[in-house]
Amino acid sequence: MSAVMVSNPHANSLWAQVVMRFRSDKIGMAALFVVGLFFVLVVSAQFGWVGSDWQAEVGQPFAPPHVVGAKADVKAAQETQATLRLLDISDMDPLAPYYDQWQQKTAGVTVTNQVKQDTLPWGGDRIGRDVLQKAIKGAQISILVGLTAALMATLIGTVLGAVGGYFGGAVDDALEWLYNVFNAIPYVLLIFALAAVFKSGPLAKVFSNGIMNVVVILSLVGWTGIYRLVRAEYIKHRSRDYVRAAEAIGASHFSRLFVHILPNVSHVVLVQLSLHVVGFIKAEVILSFLGLGVSIDMVSWGTMLSESQTELILGIWWQFLAATCMMAVFVTAFALFTDALRDALDPKIR
Amino acid sequence: MTATLQVKNLKVSFDMGRAGVQHALHGVSFDVPDQRTLALVGESGSGKSVSALSISRLLPDNALIDPASQILSGGVDLLKLSESELRKLRGKEITTVFQDPMSSLNPVKTIGHQIAEVLMLHLGLSPKQAWAQTKAVLDEVGIPDPRNRINAYPHELSGGQQQRVMIAMAIACQPRLLIADEPTTALDVTVQRQIIELLVRLQDKHKMSMLFISHDLGLVAELAHEVVVMRQGEVRESGSVETIFTRPQDAYTQALLACRPRLNQAYDRLPVIEDFLNPASRRLTARAPTVAGGEVLVTVDGLAKDYVIKTGLFSRKTVHAVKDASFSLHRGETLGVVGESGSGKSTLGLMLAQLLQVTRGEVTLAGHSLKGQSTAQIRAMRKKVQIIFQNPYASLNPRFTVGRILEEPLKIHGLGGDETGRQKLALEWLERVGLGADALHKYPHEFSGGQRQRIAIARSLILQPEIVVCDESVSALDVSVQATILNLLKDLQKEFSLAYLFISHDLDVVRFMSDQMIVMKQGDIVERGAAADIYTNPQHPYTQELLGSIPKGWTAERAAALA
Repeated sequence: MSAVMVSNPHANSLWAQVVMRFRSDKIGMAALFVVGLFFVLVVSAQFGWVGSDWQAEVGQPFAPPHVVGAKADVKAAQETQATLRLLDISDMDPLAPYYDQWQQKTAGVTVTNQVKQDTLPWGGDRIGRDVLQKAIKGAQISILVGLTAALMATLIGTVLGAVGGYFGGAVDDALEWLYNVFNAIPYVLLIFALAAVFKSGPLAKVFSNGIMNVVVILSLVGWTGIYRLVRAEYIKHRSRDYVRAAEAIGASHFSRLFVHILPNVSHVVLVQLSLHVVGFIKAEVILSFLGLGVSIDMVSWGTMLSESQTELILGIWWQFLAATCMMAVFVTAFALFTDALRDALDPKIR
Repeated sequence: MTATLQVKNLKVSFDMGRAGVQHALHGVSFDVPDQRTLALVGESGSGKSVSALSISRLLPDNALIDPASQILSGGVDLLKLSESELRKLRGKEITTVFQDPMSSLNPVKTIGHQIAEVLMLHLGLSPKQAWAQTKAVLDEVGIPDPRNRINAYPHELSGGQQQRVMIAMAIACQPRLLIADEPTTALDVTVQRQIIELLVRLQDKHKMSMLFISHDLGLVAELAHEVVVMRQGEVRESGSVETIFTRPQDAYTQALLACRPRLNQAYDRLPVIEDFLNPASRRLTARAPTVAGGEVLVTVDGLAKDYVIKTGLFSRKTVHAVKDASFSLHRGETLGVVGESGSGKSTLGLMLAQLLQVTRGEVTLAGHSLKGQSTAQIRAMRKKVQIIFQNPYASLNPRFTVGRILEEPLKIHGLGGDETGRQKLALEWLERVGLGADALHKYPHEFSGGQRQRIAIARSLILQPEIVVCDESVSALDVSVQATILNLLKDLQKEFSLAYLFISHDLDVVRFMSDQMIVMKQGDIVERGAAADIYTNPQHPYTQELLGSIPKGWTAERAAALA
């Protein structure tokens, strides 16, 4: 009889239950769909399937979106250029004898004179780059930065918080001291200091990659909040009976820390992770605006927003709209998704 | 006899959202007689508290009361009253005392303020009159030195005194009906005795009716005039206290009365609900004399635990939780430890199970001192000493399946062979503690309290320990479940010749389980000896007080007093 039972292991395992509960949450599923779309976008951009030629100057400077239509003065400018070309001044041109020579030389080189578009799907920027392409490429950088920085910060915060809260005593005191030091320095000042070290200090070569330094700066600054919450949870849980019971059967410190307690505080960690993804995407905007963010040859939602500052004064709104729309949709969807995930993971099932 | 309150066909259900509607009361009817005490008795989930809360309509928002239900008081249906009319009744005509006094009192206001507020609100007294009246009430409920204590904050009072303040607040406006919802469950047995005596005195003096809610039949027998026995939202039996206790008609009532261990009865097993609802299987055997003189398994010598508490930046205060405890445990025997909260009995158990650092003293296990052992050696020792905690809801990891919970100790100690071997052992133990094989892949939340405690027992015993510390192991369970768990513990003890250190505040339960016992008070062992001797002939005044405080149940004196 028991064999029948055993052959059906984990029929209602925790993860199966989590999936079941998550599926019944309509908002969570919708959010998951949106987040999934963004991840497909990020992966495609990473492999260069989309957004790879975002740097091509395909349109007129500040080309409006299709829906708006071409600017009235563009056509007029083209016509005046055309009439100018008809004027023949070779008689008095001192350079005239050389033209043939130059033409022969240039014959070996092909020049494609690209026709600049008057309008682009979502408009163009200052030098006529497609805003839609930029937003897609920017999504890749921003989401990658936000996600990896949040993951790193959560990892640092969770491990330190778990160790401090669980062991207490001198270990906890030392970590609390570290936390206080990090918290005592003003946020932006600390970012400046770290950016200076990573960009021009001895570590500059290690972090030459454009987004790596942003990720490291954000995670080194951002772990403190997670640490504090996880530490509090561990202090609460370390004296719970189930942890005592684990000790009584001989479970090691490591097992109690990460096998017994961690799954029971994972909802706190997850919520913090989601909040930090959102926060770090925003922080990357600030960093890029201050010139400490991703390098100049890259695009992110942050650099797009900082560009659109001056554009808005000229009445050019499409770059601003593209970046904020993408950001708002992703951030909202991600927050709703983790919210639903937290509910699904909650151990206090009735 | 007229009734102060008539509850007629009360049906209450709870809207649980997605989980549907849960029915708590299926048409409950009872009368609270004038100037008398009616007791509602039942186990958890019986609906006794829901009944009481419906009277003053303090139910949570998702409660649905059937429109046909009626609660009549003085010709008025309380269920039809508007919120403002009801507010006039609450705290004046009908007052309530809850279980936990600490959470019922406002911690940032003095007790005087809280009582005077009620008086000014309902009786329209001036602040000066209210203050004088408050002093009188505090004096009446037995708060020492009310002139000064009136300015005390709740945290400055002991649990018993806090409950007295709650009672003072409840009787301040001379209510017609006092609802006491498990008023002594959170209190120690000696304090419980004082509070019960106070309630009986006040009820008699103020000629009020009392609705007393309790799970403890012994307590009810001492103070109620009428008793209503409830189970699963239904009234099983109601009648005068004498009828219920001397001639119970309902099988469930009979079972409830029988399955509580009694000091004067020595059974080997406790009768359980099943025995009564299904009389064919009923079997009671007299207690067999214990085989004395098993080998000594563990010796504890001068064990002490100090806690250092920071009282200021540099000042420290040392609290002696356990001072100089010595005893030994023999194979197959049970050593009972009794004491009130703060006596250090749990600390003692945790030290024996090596879950707390010992400050002084020595534990000698099978001839080896545990002092100065390495962590690895201590871990190996853990196999021999296991612990069963009080609250089965907290002691099982909610993220682990039952199978994983049972297999983990085997894995840690390298027992049971491979994966399938361990699973076989886990199944074997599930069966032994009375659970089916399907439990293996379930999570703790899918089980009831009693079943969870069975899982906890299986986890402790799967390592085949010699010594088991039972730290209030049945205190969180209902009376009927308690009986089955106690029987299980006894059976397992017999089968494996286990030595139990049985810690409890419940003297009846300790009497049922123990061969030897020790009585603790504020970290000291004040009395020790054979359990039977201590119960029949206590020497230390504290033991005498403890034993005198246990609710006696239905006695000849009580019968004479009622007659």
